[in-house]
Amino acid sequence: MVQARSEHIVSSYEEELTHLTRHITEMGGMVEQAISEATSALVRVDHDLAQIVIQNDKDIDDKQRGLDEMAVSMIARRQPMASDLRRIVASIHVATDLERIGDMAKSIARRTLQISDQHISPQLYSGVRHMSDMVLTQVSAALQNVTALEIDDAIRICEKDEEVDALYMSLFREFLTYMMEDPRNITDCTHLLFCAKNLERAGDHATNIVEAAFYIQTGENLIDEIELRRDRA
Amino acid sequence: MDIVQDKTAETAKSTPAPGTSDPGKRIRVSTRDVSVFYGEKQAMFDVSIDIPDRSVTSFIGPSGCGKSTFLRCINRMNDTIDGCRVSGVVELDGEDINRPDLDVVELRARVGMVFQKPNPFPKTIYQNVAYGPRIHGMTKNKAELDEIVVSSLQRAGLFEEVKDRLDQPGTGLSGGQQQRLCIARAIATRPEVLLMDEPCSALDPIATAIIEELIDELRENFTIVIVTHSMQQAARVSQKTAFFHLGKLIETGDTEQIFTNPKEQKTQDYITGRFG
Repeated sequence: MVQARSEHIVSSYEEELTHLTRHITEMGGMVEQAISEATSALVRVDHDLAQIVIQNDKDIDDKQRGLDEMAVSMIARRQPMASDLRRIVASIHVATDLERIGDMAKSIARRTLQISDQHISPQLYSGVRHMSDMVLTQVSAALQNVTALEIDDAIRICEKDEEVDALYMSLFREFLTYMMEDPRNITDCTHLLFCAKNLERAGDHATNIVEAAFYIQTGENLIDEIELRRDRA
Repeated sequence: MDIVQDKTAETAKSTPAPGTSDPGKRIRVSTRDVSVFYGEKQAMFDVSIDIPDRSVTSFIGPSGCGKSTFLRCINRMNDTIDGCRVSGVVELDGEDINRPDLDVVELRARVGMVFQKPNPFPKTIYQNVAYGPRIHGMTKNKAELDEIVVSSLQRAGLFEEVKDRLDQPGTGLSGGQQQRLCIARAIATRPEVLLMDEPCSALDPIATAIIEELIDELRENFTIVIVTHSMQQAARVSQKTAFFHLGKLIETGDTEQIFTNPKEQKTQDYITGRFG
Protein backbone atom coordinates (compact mmCIF):
# COMPACT_ATOMS: atom_id res chain seq x y z
CA MET A 1 0.00 0.00 0.00
CA VAL A 2 1.60 3.26 -1.17
CA GLN A 3 0.42 6.40 0.53
CA ALA A 4 0.73 10.10 -0.15
CA ARG A 5 3.14 10.93 2.65
CA SER A 6 3.83 14.63 2.42
CA GLU A 7 1.84 17.63 1.39
CA HIS A 8 1.34 18.82 -2.14
CA ILE A 9 3.75 21.31 -3.67
CA VAL A 10 0.62 23.32 -4.58
CA SER A 11 -0.82 24.26 -1.19
CA SER A 12 -4.25 25.24 -2.55
CA TYR A 13 -4.61 21.70 -3.94
CA GLU A 14 -3.80 20.30 -0.50
CA GLU A 15 -6.40 22.62 1.03
CA GLU A 16 -9.03 21.45 -1.44
CA LEU A 17 -8.32 17.79 -0.62
CA THR A 18 -8.60 18.55 3.09
CA HIS A 19 -11.81 20.46 2.45
CA LEU A 20 -13.21 17.48 0.52
CA THR A 21 -12.56 15.11 3.42
CA ARG A 22 -14.03 17.62 5.89
CA HIS A 23 -17.10 17.90 3.69
CA ILE A 24 -17.57 14.09 3.84
CA THR A 25 -17.14 14.13 7.62
CA GLU A 26 -19.73 16.90 8.01
CA MET A 27 -22.15 15.11 5.73
CA GLY A 28 -21.56 11.91 7.72
CA GLY A 29 -22.46 13.75 10.92
CA MET A 30 -25.69 15.02 9.37
CA VAL A 31 -26.62 11.53 8.20
CA GLU A 32 -25.89 9.94 11.59
CA GLN A 33 -28.12 12.54 13.21
CA ALA A 34 -30.86 11.86 10.64
CA ILE A 35 -30.90 8.11 11.34
CA SER A 36 -30.78 8.67 15.09
CA GLU A 37 -33.61 11.24 15.05
CA ALA A 38 -35.72 9.22 12.62
CA THR A 39 -35.49 6.21 14.93
CA SER A 40 -36.29 8.33 17.97
CA ALA A 41 -39.28 9.82 16.16
CA LEU A 42 -40.42 6.31 15.24
CA VAL A 43 -40.14 4.72 18.68
CA ARG A 44 -41.71 7.74 20.39
CA VAL A 45 -44.18 8.25 17.54
CA ASP A 46 -43.01 11.87 17.56
CA HIS A 47 -44.50 13.47 14.45
CA ASP A 48 -42.82 16.84 15.04
CA LEU A 49 -39.37 15.26 15.11
CA ALA A 50 -40.25 13.21 12.03
CA GLN A 51 -41.09 16.47 10.19
CA ILE A 52 -37.71 17.91 11.17
CA VAL A 53 -35.93 14.82 9.78
CA ILE A 54 -37.84 15.20 6.48
CA GLN A 55 -36.93 18.89 6.24
CA ASN A 56 -33.27 18.31 7.13
CA ASP A 57 -32.90 15.79 4.33
CA LYS A 58 -32.82 18.71 1.87
CA ASP A 59 -29.62 19.92 3.58
CA ILE A 60 -28.05 16.47 3.11
CA ASP A 61 -29.02 16.53 -0.58
CA ASP A 62 -27.48 20.01 -0.93
CA LYS A 63 -24.34 18.78 0.77
CA GLN A 64 -24.05 15.93 -1.71
CA ARG A 65 -24.51 18.26 -4.68
CA GLY A 66 -21.86 20.55 -3.21
CA LEU A 67 -19.42 17.67 -2.90
CA ASP A 68 -20.10 16.51 -6.46
CA GLU A 69 -19.40 19.99 -7.78
CA MET A 70 -16.23 20.25 -5.72
CA ALA A 71 -14.97 16.86 -6.94
CA VAL A 72 -15.78 17.56 -10.61
CA SER A 73 -14.06 20.93 -10.37
CA MET A 74 -10.95 19.35 -8.83
CA ILE A 75 -10.81 16.68 -11.54
CA ALA A 76 -11.09 19.36 -14.24
CA ARG A 77 -8.60 21.79 -12.73
CA ARG A 78 -6.09 19.55 -10.92
CA GLN A 79 -6.13 16.41 -13.07
CA PRO A 80 -5.52 14.26 -10.00
CA MET A 81 -3.40 11.13 -10.09
CA ALA A 82 -2.99 7.94 -8.04
CA SER A 83 -4.10 8.29 -4.39
CA ASP A 84 -5.54 11.79 -5.02
CA LEU A 85 -7.57 10.50 -7.96
CA ARG A 86 -8.86 7.59 -5.89
CA ARG A 87 -9.71 9.90 -3.01
CA ILE A 88 -11.69 12.32 -5.17
CA VAL A 89 -13.55 9.69 -7.19
CA ALA A 90 -14.33 7.56 -4.13
CA SER A 91 -15.54 10.65 -2.27
CA ILE A 92 -18.27 11.01 -4.89
CA HIS A 93 -19.32 7.41 -4.15
CA VAL A 94 -19.22 7.95 -0.39
CA ALA A 95 -21.35 11.09 -0.70
CA THR A 96 -23.87 9.17 -2.82
CA ASP A 97 -24.07 6.43 -0.19
CA LEU A 98 -24.48 8.99 2.57
CA GLU A 99 -27.22 10.73 0.63
CA ARG A 100 -29.00 7.39 0.26
CA ILE A 101 -28.72 6.73 4.00
CA GLY A 102 -30.28 10.18 4.47
CA ASP A 103 -33.12 9.08 2.19
CA MET A 104 -33.60 5.97 4.34
CA ALA A 105 -33.93 8.20 7.42
CA LYS A 106 -36.43 10.39 5.58
CA SER A 107 -38.40 7.31 4.56
CA ILE A 108 -38.56 6.15 8.21
CA ALA A 109 -39.75 9.64 9.21
CA ARG A 110 -42.50 9.56 6.57
CA ARG A 111 -43.66 6.17 7.83
CA THR A 112 -43.66 7.55 11.38
CA LEU A 113 -46.19 10.17 10.30
CA GLN A 114 -48.52 7.34 9.27
CA ILE A 115 -48.15 5.27 12.43
CA SER A 116 -50.67 5.68 15.26
CA ASP A 117 -49.41 4.97 18.76
CA GLN A 118 -52.09 2.42 19.59
CA HIS A 119 -51.97 -1.38 19.67
CA ILE A 120 -48.21 -1.75 19.18
CA SER A 121 -46.17 -3.59 21.72
CA PRO A 122 -43.08 -1.68 22.97
CA GLN A 123 -40.95 -4.76 22.36
CA LEU A 124 -41.57 -4.30 18.63
CA TYR A 125 -40.01 -0.88 18.81
CA SER A 126 -37.10 -2.17 20.83
CA GLY A 127 -36.10 -4.50 17.98
CA VAL A 128 -36.04 -1.57 15.54
CA ARG A 129 -34.18 0.60 18.06
CA HIS A 130 -31.53 -2.10 18.47
CA MET A 131 -31.19 -2.39 14.72
CA SER A 132 -30.86 1.38 14.42
CA ASP A 133 -28.07 1.39 17.03
CA MET A 134 -26.22 -1.32 15.12
CA VAL A 135 -26.53 0.59 11.83
CA LEU A 136 -25.41 3.85 13.43
CA THR A 137 -22.32 2.12 14.81
CA GLN A 138 -21.64 0.73 11.32
CA VAL A 139 -22.01 4.13 9.62
CA SER A 140 -19.84 5.84 12.22
CA ALA A 141 -17.09 3.19 11.97
CA ALA A 142 -17.23 3.32 8.15
CA LEU A 143 -16.76 7.11 8.20
CA GLN A 144 -13.80 6.81 10.54
CA ASN A 145 -12.19 4.50 8.01
CA VAL A 146 -12.56 7.13 5.28
CA THR A 147 -10.12 9.36 7.16
CA ALA A 148 -7.93 6.64 8.68
CA LEU A 149 -8.23 3.11 7.38
CA GLU A 150 -7.76 0.18 9.74
CA ILE A 151 -7.94 -2.90 7.53
CA ASP A 152 -9.06 -5.27 10.29
CA ASP A 153 -11.71 -2.77 11.32
CA ALA A 154 -12.91 -2.42 7.71
CA ILE A 155 -13.28 -6.19 7.40
CA ARG A 156 -15.13 -6.31 10.74
CA ILE A 157 -17.65 -3.72 9.46
CA CYS A 158 -18.39 -5.85 6.39
CA GLU A 159 -18.82 -8.96 8.51
CA LYS A 160 -21.01 -7.10 10.98
CA ASP A 161 -23.43 -6.25 8.15
CA GLU A 162 -24.39 -9.92 8.08
CA GLU A 163 -25.58 -9.51 11.68
CA VAL A 164 -27.70 -6.53 10.62
CA ASP A 165 -29.21 -8.64 7.83
CA ALA A 166 -29.89 -11.48 10.27
CA LEU A 167 -31.56 -9.08 12.70
CA TYR A 168 -33.80 -7.81 9.91
CA MET A 169 -34.90 -11.36 9.10
CA SER A 170 -35.59 -11.99 12.76
CA LEU A 171 -37.69 -8.81 13.00
CA PHE A 172 -39.50 -9.79 9.83
CA ARG A 173 -40.58 -13.07 11.42
CA GLU A 174 -41.52 -11.31 14.63
CA PHE A 175 -43.71 -8.78 12.83
CA LEU A 176 -45.43 -11.59 10.94
CA THR A 177 -46.27 -13.24 14.23
CA TYR A 178 -47.81 -10.04 15.58
CA MET A 179 -49.79 -9.55 12.41
CA MET A 180 -51.14 -13.10 12.56
CA GLU A 181 -51.98 -12.75 16.24
CA ASP A 182 -54.10 -9.66 15.70
CA PRO A 183 -55.02 -8.36 12.23
CA ARG A 184 -55.39 -4.84 13.68
CA ASN A 185 -51.58 -4.81 13.92
CA ILE A 186 -51.12 -5.31 10.20
CA THR A 187 -50.95 -1.65 9.13
CA ASP A 188 -48.54 -0.48 11.82
CA CYS A 189 -46.43 -3.64 11.61
CA THR A 190 -46.12 -3.19 7.86
CA HIS A 191 -44.82 0.35 8.42
CA LEU A 192 -42.36 -0.94 10.99
CA LEU A 193 -41.24 -3.69 8.67
CA PHE A 194 -40.47 -1.12 5.97
CA CYS A 195 -38.58 0.96 8.53
CA ALA A 196 -36.50 -2.09 9.45
CA LYS A 197 -35.86 -2.67 5.75
CA ASN A 198 -34.71 0.96 5.43
CA LEU A 199 -32.27 0.43 8.26
CA GLU A 200 -30.99 -2.78 6.70
CA ARG A 201 -30.36 -0.89 3.45
CA ALA A 202 -28.61 1.90 5.37
CA GLY A 203 -26.32 -0.83 6.74
CA ASP A 204 -25.55 -1.93 3.16
CA HIS A 205 -24.56 1.64 2.30
CA ALA A 206 -22.22 1.65 5.32
CA THR A 207 -20.38 -1.34 3.86
CA ASN A 208 -20.19 0.48 0.50
CA ILE A 209 -18.55 3.40 2.32
CA VAL A 210 -15.98 1.17 3.96
CA GLU A 211 -15.23 -0.45 0.59
CA ALA A 212 -14.66 3.03 -0.86
CA ALA A 213 -12.40 3.87 2.10
CA PHE A 214 -10.37 0.71 1.44
CA TYR A 215 -10.06 1.63 -2.25
CA ILE A 216 -8.94 5.18 -1.42
CA GLN A 217 -6.14 3.96 0.80
CA THR A 218 -5.00 0.83 -1.05
CA GLY A 219 -6.29 1.01 -4.64
CA GLU A 220 -7.59 -2.54 -4.09
CA ASN A 221 -11.01 -4.16 -3.68
CA LEU A 222 -11.99 -4.93 -0.08
CA ILE A 223 -14.13 -7.93 -1.06
CA ASP A 224 -11.08 -9.48 -2.79
CA GLU A 225 -9.05 -8.87 0.37
CA ILE A 226 -11.71 -10.56 2.53
CA GLU A 227 -11.85 -13.57 0.20
CA LEU A 228 -8.05 -13.75 0.18
CA ARG A 229 -7.99 -13.83 3.97
CA ARG A 230 -10.72 -16.48 4.07
CA ASP A 231 -8.73 -18.63 1.62
CA ARG A 232 -5.62 -18.26 3.77
CA ALA A 233 -7.54 -19.15 6.89
CA MET B 1 31.51 -11.92 -28.93
CA ASP B 2 30.60 -15.44 -29.95
CA ILE B 3 28.15 -15.60 -27.11
CA VAL B 4 26.47 -12.42 -28.30
CA GLN B 5 26.19 -13.74 -31.86
CA ASP B 6 24.76 -17.07 -30.71
CA LYS B 7 22.20 -15.26 -28.60
CA THR B 8 21.30 -13.02 -31.52
CA ALA B 9 20.81 -15.99 -33.81
CA GLU B 10 18.67 -17.77 -31.25
CA THR B 11 16.48 -14.70 -30.67
CA ALA B 12 16.10 -14.14 -34.40
CA LYS B 13 14.82 -17.69 -34.79
CA SER B 14 12.24 -17.35 -32.05
CA THR B 15 11.21 -13.82 -32.97
CA PRO B 16 8.21 -13.53 -35.30
CA ALA B 17 8.43 -11.19 -38.26
CA PRO B 18 7.43 -7.56 -37.60
CA GLY B 19 3.71 -7.03 -37.64
CA THR B 20 2.80 -10.67 -37.17
CA SER B 21 2.73 -10.88 -33.38
CA ASP B 22 0.14 -9.52 -30.98
CA PRO B 23 0.78 -5.83 -30.25
CA GLY B 24 2.34 -5.30 -26.84
CA LYS B 25 3.30 -8.95 -26.40
CA ARG B 26 6.58 -9.20 -28.25
CA ILE B 27 9.57 -7.33 -26.85
CA ARG B 28 11.09 -5.04 -29.46
CA VAL B 29 13.71 -3.22 -27.39
CA SER B 30 15.34 -4.73 -24.33
CA THR B 31 17.98 -3.14 -22.12
CA ARG B 32 19.99 -4.79 -19.36
CA ASP B 33 21.96 -2.90 -16.71
CA VAL B 34 22.44 0.18 -18.87
CA SER B 35 24.54 2.87 -17.23
CA VAL B 36 25.55 6.16 -18.81
CA PHE B 37 28.56 8.26 -17.81
CA TYR B 38 29.33 11.84 -18.78
CA GLY B 39 33.07 11.80 -18.15
CA GLU B 40 33.46 10.72 -14.53
CA LYS B 41 29.86 11.51 -13.62
CA GLN B 42 27.39 8.64 -13.75
CA ALA B 43 24.03 9.80 -15.12
CA MET B 44 22.14 6.49 -15.42
CA PHE B 45 22.36 3.51 -13.12
CA ASP B 46 21.75 -0.09 -14.28
CA VAL B 47 18.51 0.48 -16.18
CA SER B 48 16.83 -2.72 -17.36
CA ILE B 49 13.56 -2.44 -19.24
CA ASP B 50 11.63 -4.30 -21.94
CA ILE B 51 9.77 -2.18 -24.49
CA PRO B 52 6.92 -4.02 -26.20
CA ASP B 53 6.27 -4.02 -29.92
CA ARG B 54 3.59 -1.82 -31.51
CA SER B 55 2.63 0.01 -28.37
CA VAL B 56 3.51 3.33 -26.78
CA THR B 57 5.85 3.41 -23.81
CA SER B 58 6.26 6.70 -22.00
CA PHE B 59 9.21 7.80 -19.88
CA ILE B 60 8.32 10.24 -17.12
CA GLY B 61 10.30 11.83 -14.32
CA PRO B 62 11.56 15.17 -13.05
CA SER B 63 14.02 17.29 -15.05
CA GLY B 64 17.49 15.80 -15.07
CA CYS B 65 16.29 12.31 -14.11
CA GLY B 66 17.91 10.83 -17.23
CA LYS B 67 14.86 9.93 -19.28
CA SER B 68 16.11 11.72 -22.43
CA THR B 69 19.62 10.38 -21.87
CA PHE B 70 18.20 6.89 -21.67
CA LEU B 71 16.03 7.45 -24.76
CA ARG B 72 19.15 8.40 -26.70
CA CYS B 73 20.74 5.06 -25.72
CA ILE B 74 18.18 3.31 -27.90
CA ASN B 75 19.57 4.74 -31.16
CA ARG B 76 23.08 5.56 -29.95
CA MET B 77 22.55 9.30 -30.12
CA ASN B 78 24.80 9.55 -27.08
CA ASP B 79 27.71 8.60 -29.38
CA THR B 80 27.57 12.16 -30.66
CA ILE B 81 28.26 13.62 -27.19
CA ASP B 82 31.93 13.99 -26.25
CA GLY B 83 32.89 12.11 -23.10
CA CYS B 84 29.65 10.15 -22.96
CA ARG B 85 30.02 6.42 -22.32
CA VAL B 86 27.32 3.76 -22.21
CA SER B 87 27.70 0.36 -20.53
CA GLY B 88 25.29 -2.56 -20.39
CA VAL B 89 23.28 -4.13 -23.18
CA VAL B 90 20.71 -2.51 -25.46
CA GLU B 91 19.06 -4.97 -27.81
CA LEU B 92 16.84 -4.24 -30.79
CA ASP B 93 15.07 -7.43 -31.85
CA GLY B 94 17.62 -9.37 -29.83
CA GLU B 95 20.57 -7.69 -31.55
CA ASP B 96 23.11 -5.74 -29.46
CA ILE B 97 23.07 -2.23 -30.93
CA ASN B 98 26.35 -1.27 -29.24
CA ARG B 99 28.33 -3.82 -31.25
CA PRO B 100 31.39 -2.03 -32.70
CA ASP B 101 30.69 -3.36 -36.20
CA LEU B 102 27.11 -2.16 -36.26
CA ASP B 103 26.30 0.52 -38.84
CA VAL B 104 24.99 3.42 -36.75
CA VAL B 105 23.44 5.15 -39.75
CA GLU B 106 21.45 2.03 -40.53
CA LEU B 107 20.49 1.71 -36.85
CA ARG B 108 19.10 5.26 -36.83
CA ALA B 109 17.05 4.44 -39.91
CA ARG B 110 15.54 1.56 -37.92
CA VAL B 111 15.13 3.66 -34.80
CA GLY B 112 13.80 7.08 -35.84
CA MET B 113 13.70 10.11 -33.61
CA VAL B 114 11.53 13.19 -33.19
CA PHE B 115 12.80 16.02 -31.03
CA GLN B 116 11.31 18.55 -28.66
CA LYS B 117 11.59 21.46 -31.05
CA PRO B 118 10.44 20.85 -34.63
CA ASN B 119 13.62 20.87 -36.72
CA PRO B 120 12.77 20.60 -40.41
CA PHE B 121 15.67 20.93 -42.82
CA PRO B 122 15.83 24.29 -44.61
CA LYS B 123 14.51 22.52 -47.70
CA THR B 124 11.14 21.97 -49.33
CA ILE B 125 8.46 19.86 -47.66
CA TYR B 126 9.04 17.16 -50.27
CA GLN B 127 12.82 17.15 -49.79
CA ASN B 128 12.47 16.96 -46.00
CA VAL B 129 10.58 13.67 -46.28
CA ALA B 130 12.54 12.34 -49.27
CA TYR B 131 15.92 12.91 -47.61
CA GLY B 132 16.06 9.72 -45.53
CA PRO B 133 14.83 7.25 -48.19
CA ARG B 134 17.21 8.87 -50.67
CA ILE B 135 20.41 8.58 -48.56
CA HIS B 136 19.50 5.03 -47.56
CA GLY B 137 18.93 4.09 -51.21
CA MET B 138 15.45 2.84 -50.50
CA THR B 139 14.01 3.70 -53.89
CA LYS B 140 14.91 2.92 -57.49
CA ASN B 141 13.17 5.79 -59.17
CA LYS B 142 11.29 9.06 -58.67
CA ALA B 143 7.89 7.35 -58.73
CA GLU B 144 8.82 5.15 -55.79
CA LEU B 145 10.21 8.13 -53.90
CA ASP B 146 7.03 10.12 -54.58
CA GLU B 147 5.05 7.18 -53.24
CA ILE B 148 7.05 7.13 -49.98
CA VAL B 149 6.80 10.92 -49.54
CA VAL B 150 3.03 10.92 -50.06
CA SER B 151 2.37 7.89 -47.86
CA SER B 152 4.61 9.23 -45.08
CA LEU B 153 2.86 12.61 -45.15
CA GLN B 154 -0.49 10.84 -45.16
CA ARG B 155 0.46 8.68 -42.17
CA ALA B 156 1.66 11.79 -40.35
CA GLY B 157 -1.74 13.38 -41.02
CA LEU B 158 -0.20 16.27 -42.95
CA PHE B 159 -0.70 15.44 -46.61
CA GLU B 160 -4.09 17.08 -47.06
CA GLU B 161 -2.77 20.34 -45.59
CA VAL B 162 0.38 20.52 -47.73
CA LYS B 163 -0.38 18.60 -50.95
CA ASP B 164 -0.53 21.80 -53.01
CA ARG B 165 2.73 23.21 -51.67
CA LEU B 166 5.17 20.33 -51.47
CA ASP B 167 7.77 22.55 -53.12
CA GLN B 168 7.47 25.20 -50.40
CA PRO B 169 9.98 25.37 -47.53
CA GLY B 170 9.20 23.13 -44.55
CA THR B 171 10.22 25.94 -42.26
CA GLY B 172 7.21 27.96 -43.47
CA LEU B 173 4.72 25.61 -41.80
CA SER B 174 3.16 26.20 -38.38
CA GLY B 175 4.79 24.63 -35.30
CA GLY B 176 2.36 21.72 -35.17
CA GLN B 177 2.68 21.12 -38.92
CA GLN B 178 6.48 21.27 -38.68
CA GLN B 179 6.41 18.62 -35.95
CA ARG B 180 4.18 16.41 -38.10
CA LEU B 181 6.60 17.00 -40.98
CA CYS B 182 9.42 15.77 -38.71
CA ILE B 183 7.34 12.71 -37.86
CA ALA B 184 6.72 12.11 -41.59
CA ARG B 185 10.48 12.46 -42.15
CA ALA B 186 11.18 9.99 -39.33
CA ILE B 187 8.74 7.35 -40.58
CA ALA B 188 9.78 7.72 -44.24
CA THR B 189 12.70 5.35 -43.65
CA ARG B 190 10.19 2.80 -42.31
CA PRO B 191 11.73 2.51 -38.87
CA GLU B 192 10.78 -0.20 -36.41
CA VAL B 193 10.98 2.08 -33.43
CA LEU B 194 10.10 5.76 -33.13
CA LEU B 195 11.65 7.74 -30.29
CA MET B 196 9.95 11.00 -29.34
CA ASP B 197 11.65 13.41 -26.98
CA GLU B 198 8.93 15.74 -25.64
CA PRO B 199 7.38 16.11 -29.11
CA CYS B 200 4.55 18.38 -27.98
CA SER B 201 6.26 20.65 -25.48
CA ALA B 202 6.51 23.50 -28.00
CA LEU B 203 2.96 23.07 -29.33
CA ASP B 204 -0.43 24.52 -28.44
CA PRO B 205 -3.22 22.23 -27.13
CA ILE B 206 -4.84 21.69 -30.55
CA ALA B 207 -1.55 20.83 -32.26
CA THR B 208 -0.77 18.60 -29.26
CA ALA B 209 -4.09 16.79 -29.64
CA ILE B 210 -3.39 16.21 -33.35
CA ILE B 211 0.06 14.74 -32.55
CA GLU B 212 -1.44 12.55 -29.82
CA GLU B 213 -4.08 11.28 -32.23
CA LEU B 214 -1.28 10.58 -34.70
CA ILE B 215 0.75 8.67 -32.06
CA ASP B 216 -2.31 6.53 -31.39
CA GLU B 217 -2.59 5.70 -35.10
CA LEU B 218 1.14 5.13 -35.57
CA ARG B 219 1.32 2.56 -32.79
CA GLU B 220 -0.47 0.10 -35.05
CA ASN B 221 2.73 -0.13 -37.07
CA PHE B 222 5.52 1.24 -34.90
CA THR B 223 6.98 0.75 -31.48
CA ILE B 224 6.91 4.21 -29.92
CA VAL B 225 8.85 5.49 -26.95
CA ILE B 226 7.93 8.98 -25.79
CA VAL B 227 9.60 11.17 -23.21
CA THR B 228 7.16 13.65 -21.76
CA HIS B 229 6.94 16.10 -18.90
CA SER B 230 3.17 16.00 -19.07
CA MET B 231 1.87 13.14 -16.97
CA GLN B 232 -1.57 13.67 -18.47
CA GLN B 233 -0.05 13.14 -21.91
CA ALA B 234 1.69 9.96 -20.74
CA ALA B 235 -1.62 8.77 -19.31
CA ARG B 236 -3.45 9.60 -22.54
CA VAL B 237 -1.12 8.16 -25.16
CA SER B 238 0.85 5.30 -23.66
CA GLN B 239 0.13 1.71 -22.70
CA LYS B 240 3.28 1.32 -20.60
CA THR B 241 4.90 3.92 -18.38
CA ALA B 242 8.35 4.02 -16.83
CA PHE B 243 9.23 6.44 -14.04
CA PHE B 244 12.83 7.62 -13.70
CA HIS B 245 14.42 9.46 -10.79
CA LEU B 246 18.04 10.51 -10.34
CA GLY B 247 19.19 8.26 -13.17
CA LYS B 248 17.40 5.17 -11.89
CA LEU B 249 14.36 3.39 -13.23
CA ILE B 250 12.08 3.43 -10.19
CA GLU B 251 8.99 1.73 -11.54
CA THR B 252 7.58 0.45 -14.79
CA GLY B 253 4.15 -0.98 -15.47
CA ASP B 254 0.88 -0.63 -17.31
CA THR B 255 0.01 3.06 -17.63
CA GLU B 256 -3.34 2.59 -15.90
CA GLN B 257 -1.69 0.96 -12.90
CA ILE B 258 1.06 3.59 -12.65
CA PHE B 259 -1.44 6.46 -12.64
CA THR B 260 -4.09 4.94 -10.41
CA ASN B 261 -2.15 2.68 -8.05
CA PRO B 262 1.64 2.99 -8.27
CA LYS B 263 3.61 0.49 -6.22
CA GLU B 264 6.58 2.69 -5.34
CA GLN B 265 6.41 5.59 -2.91
CA LYS B 266 8.61 7.80 -5.14
CA THR B 267 6.29 7.28 -8.11
CA GLN B 268 3.28 8.11 -5.95
CA ASP B 269 4.91 11.29 -4.64
CA TYR B 270 5.99 12.45 -8.08
CA ILE B 271 2.77 11.88 -9.98
CA THR B 272 0.62 13.42 -7.26
CA GLY B 273 2.82 16.52 -7.08
CA ARG B 274 4.34 15.86 -3.66
CA PHE B 275 7.94 15.55 -4.68
CA GLY B 276 10.67 16.93 -2.51
